[in-house]
Amino acid sequence: MTAPPDDCLARNEWICGEYLSTRRQIIVDAVLQHLELTAVSVLIALVIAVPLAVVARRWALAAGPVLALTTVLYTIPSLAMFSLLLPVYGLSASLVVAGLVLYSLTLLVRNILAGLRAVPEDTRQAARGMGYGPIRLLLTVELPLALPAAMAGLRIATVSAVSLVTVGAIVGFGGLGNLIYAGMNTYFKAQVLTASVLCVVIAVLADLLLLGVQRILTPWTRAVRS
Amino acid sequence: MNTLSDAWQWLTDSAHWAGDDGIWHRLTQHLVLTVVCLILSCLIALPVALVLGHLGKGGALAVNISNVGRAVPTFAVLVLLLLTPIGRWGEGPTVVALVLFAVPPLLTNAYVGMRGVDRSVVQAARGMGMTGRQMLWRVELPLAMPLVLSGVRIAAVQLVATATIAALAGGGGLGRIITAGFNLASTPQVVAGAVLVAVFALIVEGLFEIGERLAPGWARGRGKTG
Repeated sequence: MTAPPDDCLARNEWICGEYLSTRRQIIVDAVLQHLELTAVSVLIALVIAVPLAVVARRWALAAGPVLALTTVLYTIPSLAMFSLLLPVYGLSASLVVAGLVLYSLTLLVRNILAGLRAVPEDTRQAARGMGYGPIRLLLTVELPLALPAAMAGLRIATVSAVSLVTVGAIVGFGGLGNLIYAGMNTYFKAQVLTASVLCVVIAVLADLLLLGVQRILTPWTRAVRS
Repeated sequence: MNTLSDAWQWLTDSAHWAGDDGIWHRLTQHLVLTVVCLILSCLIALPVALVLGHLGKGGALAVNISNVGRAVPTFAVLVLLLLTPIGRWGEGPTVVALVLFAVPPLLTNAYVGMRGVDRSVVQAARGMGMTGRQMLWRVELPLAMPLVLSGVRIAAVQLVATATIAALAGGGGLGRIITAGFNLASTPQVVAGAVLVAVFALIVEGLFEIGERLAPGWARGRGKTG
């Protein structure tokens, strides 16, 4: 008979190197799932949000309903949102993605619309005077000028999505949330702390990444500042 | 369609409304939890924000707290608290986690509101011989009120939504109906619970909206930040 190993796993400590080395594969899988769910949701939301914002900008009548609908969706608590979509998607990753898309929409539509509205009328008229059609005006003048505001919305949406993915643990697709959920039920401190810290790290790294992208995409804002 | 009618049947069954697991009890828990946490977080955040705003210091602090708050998953904080000694006093972890999440929007909005007060008005007040305390209460706070109140509104809605997640970690409130539904593998109950939660959140948001419209001019929101 051998004595049980006296390591930090057996003592159930918060910080535990043994945990990291023995469960590496589980942690990596959870991180990948977390990243995938976040990235897919935010990208889909972006693809939907841009046309919605453009439509709301062009036709003032559409702006009210679009903003109202996205705000109402944002008010619904995440646990309820995932549950409401349950009959449509079943217990699947698409369920979590659909819920996250709905949340990201509000932040993205609001910010892109604010960015489009902030484009100076003079600029638009100058472009029109140079013979720009509506499509070219939108693609080469209005959207680029709306970029800083849009990126601000994208950063908030992404950081929020990273933290909301954890709630997806209720249907088994919560990335690191799964580890937190399982760790809670088994009182596994190292797992809960590690997964929580990784969540925050992912959120911060994603935010920094987007900040970098924004700086690359909008070189003119730096020229103005200096 | 079938799930919806099943959910409706679940909702209209009077047996589901009574008792300790009943809808009324869960609704009361949710309401009490939200109100208690809102009052606690106002008591913590508002004095700090008003004093910092009056002194004109700590702006970066307020904004950073708000941003970091967004990156930390509520669910992770709840579970972490649950595993600490705080976890032994019943609703303790829920209250602490909820207060932590309601403080950032309150802090940021109140601070921004205080700083947004026209400097010439403040100087005029100082010229009239007002003391710092008088300036805070009679000039800055009344002018900052719309933003302070919009912070309270954001915090309240966020609390309602977050109180739902508490159910994942064994807390009370309306979310419990959803998690119980998942444990029983009863989709009708999950959907019924989600509808209840969503309606409750929308009612709270609606009440604030109505309150804002009816409020006298000085208290009306100028816009949201944070």
